[in-house]
Amino acid sequence: MLTLDQSIHDAIVAHARRDHPDEACGIVAGPAGSEQAVRHVPMENAERSTTFYRFDSMEQLRVWRELDDRDEDPVVIYHSHTATEAYPSRTDISLAMEPNAHYVLVSTRDPETAEFRSFRITDGEVVEEPVRIAGVDQHAVQTYMFGQTPTSVVYDCPAGN
Amino acid sequence: MAIEVRIPTILRSHTGGAKVVEGAGDTLSDLFADLDSRYPGLRGRLITEDGALHRFVNVYVNDEDVRFTGALETKLSDGDSVTVLPAVAGGASVG
Repeated sequence: MLTLDQSIHDAIVAHARRDHPDEACGIVAGPAGSEQAVRHVPMENAERSTTFYRFDSMEQLRVWRELDDRDEDPVVIYHSHTATEAYPSRTDISLAMEPNAHYVLVSTRDPETAEFRSFRITDGEVVEEPVRIAGVDQHAVQTYMFGQTPTSVVYDCPAGN
Repeated sequence: MAIEVRIPTILRSHTGGAKVVEGAGDTLSDLFADLDSRYPGLRGRLITEDGALHRFVNVYVNDEDVRFTGALETKLSDGDSVTVLPAVAGGASVG
């Protein structure tokens, strides 16, 4: 399960919309060893491509140094697909090098509704996980259905948990 | 001569979990050969069978991406700091 603050979720979607039709990419950092994704860092897509992304190598070095200095991990690594579903492509799977990261994919193919899904990618194996969006009001929790019809986002408001 | 090398998480299985190791060499190519003698398999994760740097591995010498400084032939000096980072890349394209 990936838990994200509503504001970070919205900032990622806004970044993906802004760079559309090119793919957008970035990370959400958090304290090392934790599952807390708290600091959004949009990254440059050095490829400036509609079908490929790669972090700019110098920006990546700077950001990764900063993570080291702050004792943080890239808890989330995200990118957008701009014409296809929010599911890891073969390229995504073969190039996934952070087994501890949550790989978030956003699809901007639908101008109205963004698909927002999260995956673990380890040794070529993809496992989807639920995304929980925590609002400003901690009691108002929305859970995204996942692995379902990709063009609609279904909100589920659990009463008990 | 000692050169400090920073190893990314995914390659630490080759260094017994060490985040920073030391090596020696006049060029990056020599350094990787030296490291491989103590950390078997490490070189194969960085260099292709054709002897070139892997396309999706970033190597920096003192904050410079070695792609712009001669790749594996980049000269090293005592006290240099080498950082290895797997590129973060992907995309919708197949292939």
